[in-house]
Amino acid sequence: MVLMKMKFPFEKRVKLAQGLWLLSWMATLAGAFTFTLGCFLKTELRRRAEVMDNTEIHAVPNTLMIVGLASLGINYFAGRMCQDALDAGRFPRWKTFMQPYWGVSLLFTLLMLMAVIMSYAMKGNLESSLKIGLKNGIRFYKDTDTPGRCFQKQTIDRLQMEFRCCGNTDFKDWFEVQWISNRYLDFSSKEVKDRVKSNVDGRYLFDGVPFSCCNPSSPRPCIQDRLTNNSAHYSYEHQTEELNIYIRGCREALVNYYMGLMNTIGAGVLSVFLLQSSVLVSLRYLQTTMEALAGQENTEIETEGYLLEKGVKETIMEYVTPVLVFLQLNQVGSEDTEA
Amino acid sequence: MAVLKVKFTKTNRDKLAQVLWILNWVSVVTGVILFSLGLFLKVEINKRWELMAERDLHYVPNMLIATGLIACGINFLGGKICYDCADTTKFLRWKLLMLPYVICTFFFTFCILVGALMCYGMRGELEEALDLGLRDAMRYYKDTDTPGRCFLKRTVDLLQIQFQCCGNFGFRDWFQIQWISNRYLDMSRREVVARLRSNVEGKYLMDGVPFSCCNINSPRPCIQHQITNSSAHFNYEYQTEELNLWRKGCRQALLEYYTHIMQSIGFTVLIIWLFELSVLTGVRYLQTSLENVLRQGDPDSESDGWLLENSFVETARSNFNIIKSLGKCNQIDTANNGDPNINVPSTAYYGPDNLPSKQIPMAS
Repeated sequence: MVLMKMKFPFEKRVKLAQGLWLLSWMATLAGAFTFTLGCFLKTELRRRAEVMDNTEIHAVPNTLMIVGLASLGINYFAGRMCQDALDAGRFPRWKTFMQPYWGVSLLFTLLMLMAVIMSYAMKGNLESSLKIGLKNGIRFYKDTDTPGRCFQKQTIDRLQMEFRCCGNTDFKDWFEVQWISNRYLDFSSKEVKDRVKSNVDGRYLFDGVPFSCCNPSSPRPCIQDRLTNNSAHYSYEHQTEELNIYIRGCREALVNYYMGLMNTIGAGVLSVFLLQSSVLVSLRYLQTTMEALAGQENTEIETEGYLLEKGVKETIMEYVTPVLVFLQLNQVGSEDTEA
Repeated sequence: MAVLKVKFTKTNRDKLAQVLWILNWVSVVTGVILFSLGLFLKVEINKRWELMAERDLHYVPNMLIATGLIACGINFLGGKICYDCADTTKFLRWKLLMLPYVICTFFFTFCILVGALMCYGMRGELEEALDLGLRDAMRYYKDTDTPGRCFLKRTVDLLQIQFQCCGNFGFRDWFQIQWISNRYLDMSRREVVARLRSNVEGKYLMDGVPFSCCNINSPRPCIQHQITNSSAHFNYEYQTEELNLWRKGCRQALLEYYTHIMQSIGFTVLIIWLFELSVLTGVRYLQTSLENVLRQGDPDSESDGWLLENSFVETARSNFNIIKSLGKCNQIDTANNGDPNINVPSTAYYGPDNLPSKQIPMAS
């Protein structure tokens, strides 16, 4: 029971070969495009690597780059094959090449689909990585004299200004962290001593935020300290004030940015996947029609092409049975040795 | 005595025509580049129109845009002409047009040179425009409720953040203007009233700067207020503190930015000018050599090509005389009492001895 049989007269075969040649070149370009998309995404993720805790999200651009490179090779060979398909004498030399070729190309096409799914599914992973990374960034903001952390302040300031955000979840995260280093606190002042004593860990906490949280679109000069104290500033109500500092948290801003990027890339790669699948399907038809010609004298007769010689289940069993036999042989062997 | 005479065989002429055809198409591309450079400069100037005072800066990008478009047209025509010049019969079509074309292109390349020089010369006006524009922008920083100025605060803040600069010449410019609006000043407080009374114009002046002046490379949280007061902040010395605020003035930062752009554009336009000049020289040689071929009659023979037929001085003199006589065609020749019909004996050349021929005896 053949899967999706189609008849191919000579002209149709020639047209198939020519169309496939064109399609394979387009798919090669699409593969190069996928590779560049992967590189671009990796660069963007690396730019903010300092506020990410782990690099698991890098699996998406890595997969895209691998798939892009592989599809260059797959489509190059597809093009060569259909160039030879027009000559019935030269096509049979591809016979031994076909089995491994199908294995490799099916694997990488599936990997492309996996990359698309991952780009949508890894949002949670990204969010948790950013949560931890930003928390650490805010905690180490004041440590500009500690090697390895001295640029955290600059990173966080730049991030907050570029993405127009403040803090991790929102600006109140700055109230729970000491972001002014002890080097710049006057411990002889009563106010500082009171604040440090007022909490268990001995940290200088207050309701202020760094200058990078300030919103340039605000009509009034930025209010950075005593944010929750309405009476400290003239004509100010912190519950209704929206434009003074950025309200959005940096985690939300970064997740939105990266998900937007990955969704667009995912949509592009999905169309590349469809193109690649059509190339493989056409190549399979071409291969089967040309193989039916083998040994025939008249190369212009009509032949049949199909996707699978047997049905889907039977083909799968055909490949899986040797593996099962191998495993069972092992089991039988161990039973023998036990007995 | 021709200027820079070169001999051209038939194959040389054909090769020259082909090469010039390709070069003319390359020149069309450079014309497009010129156009886009002008457009880019125009967009860059328009982006910061709020920070520039009213000065006529748009003549430079407009000139570049116009020159680019004309270059495309002229070189397209030149390409067509050179393509036809490979064949002597087709050249006859363009014969009358070629000299005016060469003259027009010569004046046009002069315009490109003027465009390139204007790019370099624009700097002075730009500096003035930026100086006045930034001064006004800082003055109106607080007027976020005045229509027409409500986004100036945002513009100045974003400028200082992006270009890493503060104030006009430096951060002290902010000490001399009131950048906090009266709407946010508590007039009931003694300190505020004292500050307002302390100067003639009743402005609230303080030694503080907006948050956008803060330097992100500073190891300590930004000190924006009481900058000159070293005792107001712990472990702070105003004279030696360098990383707290941006030290560069925005006028210098913007000027450097625009000068860099204009120098690059000016340099590119100069290269394009040299290229156009070389193409023009090739076309001139092609024109003169083809005209000489036609004069000699044999299309396959060698011919001379030159830049000018006579020396530079003689050509200038003859052109000057042509222009003078153009002006005289309306004037009457006063030598023969104004009557052009009087028979003036001619000094014709009769024969080798220049003797008039024997008179034919009159039949009696």
